[in-house]
Amino acid sequence: MSANPVAIAVFLILFVMVACLGFVATRWRKADLHSVHEWGLGGRSFGTVITWFLLGGDLYTAYTFIAVPAAMFATGAVGFFAVPYTILIYPILFLCFPRLWAVAHRHGYVTAADYVKGRFGSKTLALAIALTGIAAIIPYVALQLVGMQVVFAALGIPSTFAGIPNLPVIIAFCVLAAYTYSSGLRGTALTAVVKDLLIYVTVLTAIVVIPSALGGYGKVFASIGPKLLTLPHGSDTSLGATFSYASLALGSALALFLYPHSLTGILSSSSSMAIRKNAILLPAYSLALALLALLGYMAVAAGIKAMPEYAAGFGAFGNNFAIPALFLHMFPAWFVGVAFAAIAIGALVPASIMAIASGNLFTRNIYKQFINPNCTDRQEGRAAKLASMTVKLGALVFVLVFQTSAAIQLQLLGGVWICQTLPAVLVSLYTRWFHPTGLLAGWAAGIISGTVMAYQLSLKSSVYPLHLGGITVPCYAALLALVLNFAVAALVTLVMNAVAPDKTDETVPADYHG
Amino acid sequence: MNIDKPQGRKFHPIYFLLLVPFVALLWVPSYDRVDPELFGIPFFYWYQMAWTLLGAVCTLPVYLHEEKTRS
Repeated sequence: MSANPVAIAVFLILFVMVACLGFVATRWRKADLHSVHEWGLGGRSFGTVITWFLLGGDLYTAYTFIAVPAAMFATGAVGFFAVPYTILIYPILFLCFPRLWAVAHRHGYVTAADYVKGRFGSKTLALAIALTGIAAIIPYVALQLVGMQVVFAALGIPSTFAGIPNLPVIIAFCVLAAYTYSSGLRGTALTAVVKDLLIYVTVLTAIVVIPSALGGYGKVFASIGPKLLTLPHGSDTSLGATFSYASLALGSALALFLYPHSLTGILSSSSSMAIRKNAILLPAYSLALALLALLGYMAVAAGIKAMPEYAAGFGAFGNNFAIPALFLHMFPAWFVGVAFAAIAIGALVPASIMAIASGNLFTRNIYKQFINPNCTDRQEGRAAKLASMTVKLGALVFVLVFQTSAAIQLQLLGGVWICQTLPAVLVSLYTRWFHPTGLLAGWAAGIISGTVMAYQLSLKSSVYPLHLGGITVPCYAALLALVLNFAVAALVTLVMNAVAPDKTDETVPADYHG
Repeated sequence: MNIDKPQGRKFHPIYFLLLVPFVALLWVPSYDRVDPELFGIPFFYWYQMAWTLLGAVCTLPVYLHEEKTRS
């Protein structure tokens, strides 16, 4: 691709501006950034508005903005499940997470594993939760870097500079690492504000400018084959695509707030009412996501794939190149710079929160628990910063060494894994009935069965065709594994409660109301 | 009733409102069709987009209830 100087200039100006903001944030609401509570949770001080930007910037990642329209572009209606998914997360957020916030606030928990350890008194169960979180998040960070690579390539920035391959993405990574290290969640919260404003400007412009250039929404939908426009209905022998669509929406919604980066965003807010308010205000992002998803159809209508100038991009990144190509085709160069900056900064924000969240997990639930139990606040903060750096480096190496498809496949597995922490983290907010050994057994059963199912699907899909007495039930593997998880957890709990009951619990019911 | 539960924490039927989006969106066959279209957008798409707002509308009364029981 040929370089696009105007777009690159606008892109660089915005990118550098936002990076500087990340560094300035060390001075915002000045505090001792050496402690984990300040560095990794922003001192639990964010009100409704900052939480809205932070969670919005956190949950709707750059990769989402590229991959969801790409799925629509390639597979039609199936890809739209991201919309019901991101609607259903909010009743769950409203109902369950103020309880988690309240108990975490009362006991000073920084991570989900902290809470599980307090609730069940089991270091092993807490370790399982922490490791699941870290394993699920690394490929997620890697995907953010992939999102940046796509944008760099679309801008025509050569991937090799002065003989060093992948230099642009390495530089972007260094920016991310440096400002996360120095200012922690504060820097991310400030950049999130700018990122979201850019995203909204881009989305609103795109949904007005592009359809009118293509002759209206009617023309756009008319260019999609009728078979792709809706889902095929089930038959006598299979529940069909409508069922797998629902299972994907529900399973993904259950998993989202179990991810460490979502929890970090939630726990950093200053009150449980700020979380409840956000459960009402955040769906604005889901509407933006739905509008973005339709861009996938606009890319089809515009005939992007047949244009020779984008063939190299599609060759390198597959359908993930559809949206960048559509922007290049439709927007003037300076606005391409704005839109691409929105995507690239949209990668920095979640990647930074993910790295912070995994740093918190490592420090609180591995370092402090098993390596240096008597560490000072300062040592703890330092360990968190170094751990977050390691996770980012891991993600970078991952992107540089393996194919993009490996990151996508592992992220798919990560979704299946993180869902298996639901009984220990969410259900336990309501009942202490489960025995820690039961939860651990259920977790193991869920992780193993989920992984096996994913491998049987060659990691290409997460919809497992379960055969039940002559009927095929195509269901999101994470949900099937979760059902097994619950069954095993309940069974082992019944046995353990009879043999060796364990009611260790440092929390009391009143802790959960805030 | 558990004695250390603060008052006013009994289950209130208004919480059932939070289930409405689940029924509306997980019962996929009910909206998996093209007609009626809105501004050229098939039903399947605008119905789900409408629920980004309707979901928030369902949550609002529950929020107001929470706020009332806190004060």
